[in-house]
Amino acid sequence: MAIMSIADAYKSAIREEMQRDKTVYCIGEDEDIPGGMGGAFTVTKGLGEEFGANVAVPGKDGKLEIKGMDDFGKNRVINTPISEILIGGVCVGSAMAGMKPVADLQYGDFLFCMMDQLVNQAAKMCYMSNGQVHVPMVMRAPCGATNRGAQHAQSLESYFIHVPGLKVICPSTAYDAKGMMIAAIRDPNPVIVFEHKLLYGGKRKEAGQLSAMGEVPDGEYTVPFGKAAIRREGKDVTIVANMLMWYKAMQAAEELEKEGISVEIIDPRSLVPFDYDTVLASIKKTGKLMIVHEDHYNGGWGAQLASYVAEHAIMDLDAPIVRLAAPDTPIPFSPKLERFVVPSAERIAEAARKLAKL
Amino acid sequence: MAVFPAKEKAIGMYRTMYKIRKYEESIYYLFLEGIMPGTIHQSTGEEASAVGMLYDLRKDDWMASTHRPAGHDIAKGISVKAMMCEMFGAEEGCCGGHGGAMHTGDISVGAMTANAIVGGNLPIAAGAALAFKMQGKDNVVVCFFGDGATNEGSYHETMNAAGLWKLPVVYVCENNQYSANTSIHLTCCKENPAADRAECYGIPSEVVDGNDVLAVNEAATRAIARARRGEGPTILELKTYRHGGHSRNDACGYRPDAEEEEWIGRRDPVKNFRQVILDHGAATEEELAALEAEVEAEIDEAVEYAKNAKLPDDESALKNVFWEEK
Repeated sequence: MAIMSIADAYKSAIREEMQRDKTVYCIGEDEDIPGGMGGAFTVTKGLGEEFGANVAVPGKDGKLEIKGMDDFGKNRVINTPISEILIGGVCVGSAMAGMKPVADLQYGDFLFCMMDQLVNQAAKMCYMSNGQVHVPMVMRAPCGATNRGAQHAQSLESYFIHVPGLKVICPSTAYDAKGMMIAAIRDPNPVIVFEHKLLYGGKRKEAGQLSAMGEVPDGEYTVPFGKAAIRREGKDVTIVANMLMWYKAMQAAEELEKEGISVEIIDPRSLVPFDYDTVLASIKKTGKLMIVHEDHYNGGWGAQLASYVAEHAIMDLDAPIVRLAAPDTPIPFSPKLERFVVPSAERIAEAARKLAKL
Repeated sequence: MAVFPAKEKAIGMYRTMYKIRKYEESIYYLFLEGIMPGTIHQSTGEEASAVGMLYDLRKDDWMASTHRPAGHDIAKGISVKAMMCEMFGAEEGCCGGHGGAMHTGDISVGAMTANAIVGGNLPIAAGAALAFKMQGKDNVVVCFFGDGATNEGSYHETMNAAGLWKLPVVYVCENNQYSANTSIHLTCCKENPAADRAECYGIPSEVVDGNDVLAVNEAATRAIARARRGEGPTILELKTYRHGGHSRNDACGYRPDAEEEEWIGRRDPVKNFRQVILDHGAATEEELAALEAEVEAEIDEAVEYAKNAKLPDDESALKNVFWEEK
């Protein structure tokens, strides 16, 4: 058992899978350039040295020395041009031909640059071919608002839950990060992994980051998709929240506990597949449902969950479903404005308090 | 002038070219009859490209096609029966009716699922080529695309990396001179959209008469050998012409008569190669007529079979969204 950050838990999962399975490889922009960051958030730092990479490093003569270009196929960590369509397509094609790419986007916002490869290609190849081919690829996408302005801030998971053929996960503890990353790499389908920038706990410090250091068992284990985690048990209100938002909900729940309001907190962990049963069982007990995500309100995954609950279990509810989300605006830069749009522990507490009293 | 090959090879190439021609013709008539669903993007007139490129390709090499895939797929080895069944959306279609005219494929013969997003197959072919390289295999990928694809971002992202990483892939531009309805003169800053821009990516290129199957085959042999030796990609630009419209309802009102007369009348790849075979004495008129009758019978049989083939169960629409362990 070791205590590690989520960034290190991801690294540990990827490294161990690469050691176990020669078809696993990493690909992305700045994936592991010596002296660089290892992706934007240190997850892949050091893997190039262990598994071989195409790199340019300062040589002894003071000039740049290029390595790993002559026998390119020996690299298992590939530093790419800034070409997202290329990265997406190479993942799809190599996966069809028996490899298991683990790609890194630096910032999930760049997923839009490869949207065709994800939605028209990766997601549909198995279906269109009637199962002749399949696409076991992992696309890692850092997400969340972090004082970087509108194009490096989005919570993108809801775009992808609408695409048949893609699995969408959002681990948020070190334990889950390792176990779900291993499961993602072993999954025979395309998996998009949303990684919240404020939860990495990597060496790159972020304003407002939470300490998500956690226990990670030694050796291999997987955390299956489609099984939610009950982060806190309670009896008055059910809050379903993912990534950073369930940590905020935990803070809110501690405050509410003092007021005698007992909150149950569910972290779905994976959005496709989604564990509706755990949510339905919880509202049977509490009769109150609140959904919190950093993603925008309109069409967010919470809308899907709310409609599912209304369709299947409305009689278990004692009050209207409450949804707390980022408003339908781009994410502003000013830290003050960003704090306004991203749901806070205080706002979660306030909304839950109101709901509990209904 | 291309060297005339061994008799057996010449006849084999002609047989496949004729098969593609007759297959596409029968599809066209089935549409006119109104009994075939969907739309069509026909490869009639581009048979020399498909056959010249793929005739010598190994079965375990891969081929990536486009929204106009029938010629490529037949040349790579998918049976006309499986193709025709797919056109009718039948269970025995090469993709079980999940694919359709623009997504045919059969990976057991190296035909990747055809791609109907212009330029979408380019980085995927690069990925498959990268996989072969990483696995230490000597396989290559032949990737077809049209002149229109050379103006997609995916094209430039892919060519840059394919050249840089020396991937074992042959990129084949079937320049039929129109991006759907729009002349290449309105869409590209260069006369040869693929070849003239290849140097930027450090990729050697050739411009080839795409209606001369022997010229295409010679260029293919060079490019495939280079890729197999690990020396990297080649861009071949094959000048060719669609005999029909871009798709089902396109009457080609934008093409000048003289141009059509030149390409369809005088430069028909199937008719011209037939004459070359006769000129070289590789077959007699009677022998070719017999071969043609055989091919026509095969196609007629496929059509009759496909018309009556079992349609898939409705529940099969829900299968293979995710991969199911066989």
